[in-house]
Amino acid sequence: MGDMFRRYGRAATLIICLLTAFWLAMLVVLPNITLLESSFRPLLPVTEIGGPADQYTLANYLKVFNGSIDTTLMGIPVNIPVHVLTFSLTIFYSLLVTILCFLLTYPLAYYMAKILNPRSLPTIFLLLCVPLLVSEVLRAFAWWIILALKGPLSTLLVTLHVIDKPVRWISGYNGVMIGLVYTYVLFMIFPVYNAMSSLDSNQIEAAEDLGSPWWRTHLRIVLPHCKPGIASGSVMVFMLSAGSLLVPTILGSTTSQWFTQTIQQWMFDALDWNTAAAYAFLLLLMCTLFVSLVMKLFRVKLSDIAK
Amino acid sequence: MYQFRQTLARVYAFVFILYLLIPLGIMGAAAFNDNKTPSIVPWKGVTGKWFDALFADETMWLAFRNTLVVAVAVSLLAILVGTAAAILINSISGRLRTTLYGLMISTLLIPGAVIGISTMIMWTKIGNGIHSDFILFKPGLHLSVLGQVSYIAAMVMLLVLARLQSFDEGLEEAALDLGASHAQVMRRILLPYLYPAIGAGGAVAFFQSIENYNVTQFTRGGANTLTVYVFSKVRSGITPTINALALMLMIATLALAIGFEINRRRKARIEDARQAEARRATALEEAF
Repeated sequence: MGDMFRRYGRAATLIICLLTAFWLAMLVVLPNITLLESSFRPLLPVTEIGGPADQYTLANYLKVFNGSIDTTLMGIPVNIPVHVLTFSLTIFYSLLVTILCFLLTYPLAYYMAKILNPRSLPTIFLLLCVPLLVSEVLRAFAWWIILALKGPLSTLLVTLHVIDKPVRWISGYNGVMIGLVYTYVLFMIFPVYNAMSSLDSNQIEAAEDLGSPWWRTHLRIVLPHCKPGIASGSVMVFMLSAGSLLVPTILGSTTSQWFTQTIQQWMFDALDWNTAAAYAFLLLLMCTLFVSLVMKLFRVKLSDIAK
Repeated sequence: MYQFRQTLARVYAFVFILYLLIPLGIMGAAAFNDNKTPSIVPWKGVTGKWFDALFADETMWLAFRNTLVVAVAVSLLAILVGTAAAILINSISGRLRTTLYGLMISTLLIPGAVIGISTMIMWTKIGNGIHSDFILFKPGLHLSVLGQVSYIAAMVMLLVLARLQSFDEGLEEAALDLGASHAQVMRRILLPYLYPAIGAGGAVAFFQSIENYNVTQFTRGGANTLTVYVFSKVRSGITPTINALALMLMIATLALAIGFEINRRRKARIEDARQAEARRATALEEAF
């Protein structure tokens, strides 16, 4: 701090500190504290706010347990509160998206880092970046066209006699899965590629010279080396998937519900901002837990993930 | 066997890129199909009428203008805040640095819906608390700007910080020793060095802001941005005008990206040539 003072003078140091303080206090810390505080307040008519009825309560959080429905989880019939079900399914499918993204990405990252001629790398990067430059809503829309009942995919498969009649692809969570993987797979490629390109190719050759089969080379040498990249990619994909609102709404079916959609319903349909705040806080809590879990599991630091 | 695996990897990469690009191609092609629902099957002939319909759509143009205004505002604020934060982080150390840095980074991991709701609730509460009807405290695009800056500033901060770490602080010392004022050190030495990172940060902020849906959706009040507008169109019966819009946006961003890339390659070539020249000069000197 004293160093900064000496270099840039009193005025500039003050401005720098104020700008940073404005960001962290007014845009990050205080909004989140307000969110937490609101989540404990009941929904009241404007006239009663601040009155005797305005007491802190856990009611908003307990609404998660309202309204049980019967459903089946992996063939077992269970009776479970609707919002708990939505919450768990959101976590489950976000994890599935993360794993699918990793499986899709790994061979490509290996190809880019170890097989491809480095001179054609910028071209590949440019091609990969094209979907990133197209906004998320349009990417979801593109799949909405493809997966439509009488859309290109059904037509193609019918023409090829793979299926007899058009299939409703967007059913259950299928559409959401396809959309989320397509939208967020790129957030896995770049970190995994970065980690892999720092691996010395001699290590792979040494393993092969010593008679290791290809799968063991990957399992024991390439994969462990990529751990930080995988961790950061997984965190990005999971957070983006769990927090996504566009893709589950556009590609969702009548039987799919995402937790962010539930939050939105509390906010705009029920106009109950306090319950929306409670649900939003639950989402934040879940994401924080996931990040800490990954950090512990992969033994990486927060600063490694943010790269 | 080794050759076979290499070919397999090549085929995989090719298929993967097709997988990324074909959906966009289909979406673009549907803009020309003379069919009321946006699709490429059945193909009913080429038409330009969806582009005409798009240009006549006033709501779209208003949303487009809103998007640009928000994106410019977000870029400017994020550059200011992000650069200041990077300079601050770079000149402190120890616990304080770790805490502040962690706090800044964590903004990247907060779900957009949470940022949107918390921003909205806080500013409206402040407005209610001081009984003010001032526009700042009502839902609207200005809150979207604040919400977006809260995490986009972290991206700018990371870019600027990366460049700051290779900055030679001796330059500042030298300037100070030679009698430069603090303002001069900032304006003539530090900032020019940071300009490339600040520029890149601005570009990232601009694109991120255009893309943003979650934060905007929860804070926008009644105003539309392009993303929100497209979303509402997709939800409520659409015509291929959206495809026409998508195609034009894709071409515009692609042209920008390719221009950027060509520029980068040109600069790299010039730099290579310069280095080769320098090597030749040294070699010549040594020869004599």
